Amino acid sequence: MRVALLAVLGALVAAGTATAAPPNAADLEAEIVCPVCETTLDQSNAPIAQRMKTFIRVRIAAGDSEGEIKDALVAEFGSEVLAEPPGGGFGLLAWLLPLTALVGGAVVVGLLIRSWSRRRGVPVDDDADLDPQLERLVDEELARFDG
Amino acid sequence: MAQGVAIGLVALLFILLAWSLLHDEGGDLSKKANAGELPSAPDFTLERLDQDGTIQLSSLRGKAVVLNVWASWCIPCKDEAPYLEQVWRANRDRGVVVVGLDAKDFRADARRFANRFALTFPLAYDGPGDAIGRYGVTGFPETFVIDREGRVVRAFAGAVNGKPERGQLRSAIEDALS
Repeated sequence: MRVALLAVLGALVAAGTATAAPPNAADLEAEIVCPVCETTLDQSNAPIAQRMKTFIRVRIAAGDSEGEIKDALVAEFGSEVLAEPPGGGFGLLAWLLPLTALVGGAVVVGLLIRSWSRRRGVPVDDDADLDPQLERLVDEELARFDG
Repeated sequence: MAQGVAIGLVALLFILLAWSLLHDEGGDLSKKANAGELPSAPDFTLERLDQDGTIQLSSLRGKAVVLNVWASWCIPCKDEAPYLEQVWRANRDRGVVVVGLDAKDFRADARRFANRFALTFPLAYDGPGDAIGRYGVTGFPETFVIDREGRVVRAFAGAVNGKPERGQLRSAIEDALS
């Protein structure tokens, strides 16, 4: 019983420590886009990018979580500031649309290939009657070629 | 069936392309204005920085508007701000409104900038830069002079600081008022 309690306490302490870990500035800078140069902050030296880096460091020092820092930046610059769109609400579309387009495109290509291969497989009617005048012309040409 | 779907998709892409080309006149706005074509100034409703509430550009119809796009981190904006305040003070009684449009900036930084330069004209906030995108703004600062009917009579890329630019701004304001 004691062992079980200790294990539960240990797990709770470990979980608490894990959530209390401060966010990493470098990681955040790779996930936030500079609104002027449109690259991530870690790739930019633009004045606004420098200012945003300072903002991130100050907020980390103040004890804010990654989510709180991102929310604060979105409140200033809009959701375009996030390098990856949010996973819920309208942002979910940004994830789903490319997938839908990919699957849709694959289906269309598959259907086209099927339709073309079927058309190519249509048997040719060798016994179809040839126009007598055309047949005569072909015979004449063949005879001249042979002669 | 598959061919129909493919043709439909291609048609849809063409429609989207045509739509985006028709609605993406931002880049041409300055060119058209400076060629005397008087393009319509894209309307916006934005949060105000100098007081509570919002500001809508179209609510200023009947007045000449000097719309200045700036940001607190923009160095030429610092040189230009005192002159714009002068323009506002000298012309506000003549039906001219200077509107500062702060974009891609922190609100707190923008308010500090406004306090530092004692700006008293209306200030709008466009953090994500959506409104300035419709004006085709590519750099900071840029200034648009809009007439009483909401048409852009003149666009200035860069600070309106030198003597020639200041003369052109005064002349554009007179055009916008006439």
